[in-house]
Amino acid sequence: MLKRLRENKSSQGTLLALPTTLWMLALLIIPLLLTLLVSFGKRSPDGDVIYSFSLDNYVRLFGYSTDCDSGQTSCFNPLYVQILWRSLTLAFNTTALVILLAYPLAYFIARADPKRRNTFLFLVLIPLWTNFVIRVYAWMMLLRKEGAINIVAGWVATHIFHVQFQPLELLFTPGAVLVGMVYEFLPFMILPIYTSLEKIETSLYEAAADLGANSIKTFLRVTLPLSMPGVVAGTILVFIPVMGTFIVSDILGGRQVILVGNLIQRQFLDARDPTFGSAASLILMVMTLIVTYFYTRKFGFGEEIVVA
Amino acid sequence: MPHEFAVEMRDVVKQFVTPEGNHLNAVDHVTMQIKNGEFFSMLGSSGCGKTTSLRMIAGFEWPTEGEVYIEGIGMGHTPPFQRKVNTVFQSYALFQHMTVFQNIAFGLEMESAPKDEIEKRVKHVLEMVQLTGMERRKPKQLSGGQQQRVAVARALVKVPDVLLLDEPLGALDLKLRKEMQLELKALQQQLGITFVYVTHDQEEAMTMSDRIAVMSKGKVQQMGTPVEIYERPANKFVADFIGESNFFEGELKSLSKDEAVVFIPDVNMELTGLPVSQGLVNGDTVTVSIRPEKVLIAEKGMNQNTFKGKVTNTVYIGTDTHVYVDLQGKRLKVFEQNRISRLDPGSFYTVGQEVTIVMMPENVLVLKKD
Repeated sequence: MLKRLRENKSSQGTLLALPTTLWMLALLIIPLLLTLLVSFGKRSPDGDVIYSFSLDNYVRLFGYSTDCDSGQTSCFNPLYVQILWRSLTLAFNTTALVILLAYPLAYFIARADPKRRNTFLFLVLIPLWTNFVIRVYAWMMLLRKEGAINIVAGWVATHIFHVQFQPLELLFTPGAVLVGMVYEFLPFMILPIYTSLEKIETSLYEAAADLGANSIKTFLRVTLPLSMPGVVAGTILVFIPVMGTFIVSDILGGRQVILVGNLIQRQFLDARDPTFGSAASLILMVMTLIVTYFYTRKFGFGEEIVVA
Repeated sequence: MPHEFAVEMRDVVKQFVTPEGNHLNAVDHVTMQIKNGEFFSMLGSSGCGKTTSLRMIAGFEWPTEGEVYIEGIGMGHTPPFQRKVNTVFQSYALFQHMTVFQNIAFGLEMESAPKDEIEKRVKHVLEMVQLTGMERRKPKQLSGGQQQRVAVARALVKVPDVLLLDEPLGALDLKLRKEMQLELKALQQQLGITFVYVTHDQEEAMTMSDRIAVMSKGKVQQMGTPVEIYERPANKFVADFIGESNFFEGELKSLSKDEAVVFIPDVNMELTGLPVSQGLVNGDTVTVSIRPEKVLIAEKGMNQNTFKGKVTNTVYIGTDTHVYVDLQGKRLKVFEQNRISRLDPGSFYTVGQEVTIVMMPENVLVLKKD
C-alpha cells in the first residue's frame, strides 16, 4: 500500500489535503448547512427552534414587520436594512481610510535602509501583542468624557484659549467605531502593501526616470500599479473581518452603532432567536461574498494575501 | 550640429562609504571622451568602476568631483529624466504590468507625444528589433532574448543622443549572446547613435567596439581601438587582462634609438632587438611580455632570441593546441593553430620533447614594471 502511494502522485495529493478537508467539513461546511437549516425555522415561544421551511426570517430582515403602530398587520420597518447598510458603509469607509493611512507608511518602510526595515515592521506588529478586546477598551479610555482626549482638550481650551470647555461626546458615536476599526485593522493593510512594494526592483524606478518620468509619474504609472496586489490583499484582509466583527462597535458604539455583527450576537444571546440570527449570518456572508467577488474580479486576488 | 564628443568625463571621482565606514573611490579621476557615433565600451572586472561611470552618465549617480558632459553641456545634478540618454539595464527592468507595446510607448508618453505618432514609432522600433506581432505580450511571456530586445527598443524609441548599455547580454546563453552582439553592432551602425557599452567580457568588447576603455580599480588603464589594446597594451594589467600573455621580469641592459636589450635572470637569457617604448631608462626593471600565439616553435634556431626548451604538457582544444614549454624552470605558454587536419599522434608535440623556441623581436613588448 505504501509502495502504491509512493508511485501515485494524485493519491499523495489527496492524502496531504485530507486533514484540512475533514477539518473544514466538520467545522465549516456542516455548521453552515445547519445554519441554513435553522434560518428557515421558526422560534418557539420559549426560544427553541421549530424546524420548518419558512422564509419569514429573511422577509423580516429586509423590512417586513408584524410589529406595527396603528393596528396594521404588516408594515415596512427599515431597522434591519439600516443595520446592513451601516455595516456595509462602515466596512467601505474603514477600508478606504486604512488604505490611505497604510500606504504611505508601507512606502516609507519599503524604501528605508534595509537594516532598519525589520525594526519598523516590528513596531507595526507590536500592538498585535495585546489582546484585541483590551486594545478596544484602551480606546474607550481615550474617548470617554473623562478620557485622555477630553482632559487634554479641556486643558488647552481653558489654559490657552481661555474658553469654557464642555467635554466632547466622543464615545458611542459612529466616529468612535470608525477610529477603533481603523486602528485594529491597520497592520493587516501595512504588511501586504509593504511586501508588494518591497518586491519592486530599484532598477524599475530608474528605468522610469531614464525614460522621462518624474517622481509623480513614476509613482502613478509604475509604483502604484505594481503594488496593487498588496492593496487588494490588504483590502480582503480588512474588509471581510470589519463586516463581521461586533466587539469594536459593542464597546465603542454602545447602543448607538449597531452592526450586523451585533445584531447576530443579540439574536443568539439576548433575544434567543437563533432562527433570525442564522438568517442574518447568512445574509452577512452573502453580502461579503458579493462584494469580494466583484472586487477580486476587477483587481485580481492579491497574491500578497499568501505572504500576509 | 552635434558636439564633437557625445559624452565627456572630466576628472570624475565617485566616492562611496563602505559599510566599515571607509571612503572608497569607485571611480578615481576618470577622464574620457566618447566621440559622436562611436561604439564605446568600458571593459573591466566587477568593481572596476565601469557601471558607476555609466550610472553617472545616465544621472542615477552624481560625481563627487569632476563633471560629466553630454553633447558638450555640463550635467551637474540634472536628473535622469531630463537627460537625452537612455539606458538598457542589465536586468532589462521591463515593466511587468505593461504589455510590450506599453513598455515601449512609456517613454514617448512621458514626452506627451501624440497617439498616432507613438503608434508609428513603436511599430517602427519593433520592426527594427524584429519583434513585430509581440505588441500585446507581457514581458513574462517572452524569452530572455526577446525581453532583451524589448529593453533595447524601449530605449531606442526615444532616439537618444547616447544609448547606455549595462551588460545587456549577461543573462543570455553563449550562442544567443554572439548573435545579439552582431545585431546590436549592426543596429548601432545603421542608426549612427553613440553606444556606451559596459561589459566584463573582453571578447564581446573586442567584437563590437570602435574603442575600448580598459578599467581597473576605478581608473582607466588604457583607452584605444581593439587592435591597439591587444597589440600594444599600455601596461602589465592590460596585457594580462586582455587575452593571454607570457611575462618575464628583466633588466634593461642597453637602450638605443631603435633597439632595446633585456636580460632575464630567471631563465638566464637575453632578448635583443626589442622595440623601444616610451619612458624607458637604461637599467630599469621591466616586464617583458609575449602573446602565446606569437611564440614560435621552430625546427632550427634563428640568429636572434632562440632558446631551448622541453615540452611539459599539450592540450588540444580544437582550433589550437596549447603547448606548455619548460624554459629553464619557467613555464612558457605557446598556442599553435591547427591549420592542417590530422589524427596521427606523431604529428603533435609529445611530453618531454626538446624544442626550439623563437621570440621574434617585433612580437615582444617591453613594459615598465607597475
